[in-house]
Amino acid sequence: MSEGERKIRVLVAKPGLDGHDRGAKVIASSFRDAGFEVIYTGLHQTPEMIVNAAIQEDVDVVAMSVLSGAHMTLFPRVRRLLDEAGADDILLTGGGIIPEDDVRALGEQGVGRLFGPGTPTGEAIAYVREWHREKTGAANAG
Amino acid sequence: MSDPSSSVTDPAHLALLDGIREGKRVALARAISVIENERPGFQALLHDLLTRGRSGGARLGITGPPGAGKSSLVSEIARRWREGEEGVGIVAVDPTSPYSGGALLGDRIRMNDLALDEGIFIRSMASRGSLGGLATTTKEVLDVMDAFGFPRLLVETVGVGQTELEITGAADTVVVVLVPESGDGIQAMKAGLMEIADIFVVNKSDRPGADRLVKEVRSALHYRTGRTGRTPAHHGVDHSRVGGGAEETEEQEEDTGWVPPVVQTMAQTGDGVDELLEAVAKHRQWLDETGELERRRRRRTLERIRDVLDRELKRRVRRELSTDDDLQDELDRIDAGDATAYSVAASILGRIALDPETAPLPGIDR
Repeated sequence: MSEGERKIRVLVAKPGLDGHDRGAKVIASSFRDAGFEVIYTGLHQTPEMIVNAAIQEDVDVVAMSVLSGAHMTLFPRVRRLLDEAGADDILLTGGGIIPEDDVRALGEQGVGRLFGPGTPTGEAIAYVREWHREKTGAANAG
Repeated sequence: MSDPSSSVTDPAHLALLDGIREGKRVALARAISVIENERPGFQALLHDLLTRGRSGGARLGITGPPGAGKSSLVSEIARRWREGEEGVGIVAVDPTSPYSGGALLGDRIRMNDLALDEGIFIRSMASRGSLGGLATTTKEVLDVMDAFGFPRLLVETVGVGQTELEITGAADTVVVVLVPESGDGIQAMKAGLMEIADIFVVNKSDRPGADRLVKEVRSALHYRTGRTGRTPAHHGVDHSRVGGGAEETEEQEEDTGWVPPVVQTMAQTGDGVDELLEAVAKHRQWLDETGELERRRRRRTLERIRDVLDRELKRRVRRELSTDDDLQDELDRIDAGDATAYSVAASILGRIALDPETAPLPGIDR
């Protein structure tokens, strides 16, 4: 690996009690094939577990899959815990069945783009790449 | 706050050092990234951390074929160490895809029991093309965890191939995990695993074939340790032979020193893990008493010096030849019969070695 090159590290997390991790696995594999280093922690993660893992692994991005309808609780809680741990520069994004109004409301609380069912994985990959380019570009300039 | 004598000049790195001193895990995690990515200044950061003092923590390495249960075993071991209130740092390495450069790091799935324990720090590393079972900077990452203050360190290798011998350079004690499905004991001999194991574990020992595998590993060990011409005991290598009473220690000194015990476990239920930890403790005691620990650590340091030099030279060659265009003139000269690959390499080596600006490592006194 060449000097200064940065691998994008992503934690793919599946919080809550629902056992549907197909979406999480699909996105984890797609991220890997896009050249990202993906940490996958399995089902039934609490927000505290997710944030602990994100901190220890020093990821750039946390991507959560939420299909249980609890997105209005889970996303803001993970965002708040990340900020409190001094990791406010980690992007929180994700996917699931999330109504437009909720997506907007979560965006106002510092959550990144959220992808609905059927979104081509390439869209999420492009979004993460673009975000990372802007972030590291800004860091290098400053 | 910052130590004025520090070799670190990068303000971001100084902040990380302050954070580490204050015990902040975010700072530890980010320092690890600086080192893992070999970002500019990482050598000075490591130099500073290592001169600040080390806990000298015990390092336990776990290796073995895929699906042997390495991660589950790591989890069980860490949980037991935590019952003794000791902090545990864990590094788990998974393979990088040679096609995409990406990696799926899934060892944490088996370590969810540890996810909320403040005394445990788990870091997953992708092998990033490094062979030998570890990532290029795994040993350095262990050093950083040591400097942070974890008295116990666990490292788990990639677990794909038969050449994961790097672990001997990273750990004081190496545990090789086998399962009945991973083939017969002879396979273990072929793999070179016999030579690196301080302790063998036959995991999933409730499965058919486990007892046979234990016997095979034990008899394979006899072939190796039988070189003194002594008749092996009838019932294979007895666990009690290892680190037993005083006369036995004497006998071992003139024998082979340490005979790797074979421990049966079921990592899923935790069966046998206490016995494994007893064997680890005995091995540690043997390392201490025979001076082998000191010898191993000196050998590791020697390897580290070579590693640092190798990598530094590679980095400099890469910088010197950052594009293929740099070599067009030389290629023409070779085509014309005025040079060879060897004479070109010799002149480039001369340039690198003679450049006084780039000779020392940035920020580090010789």
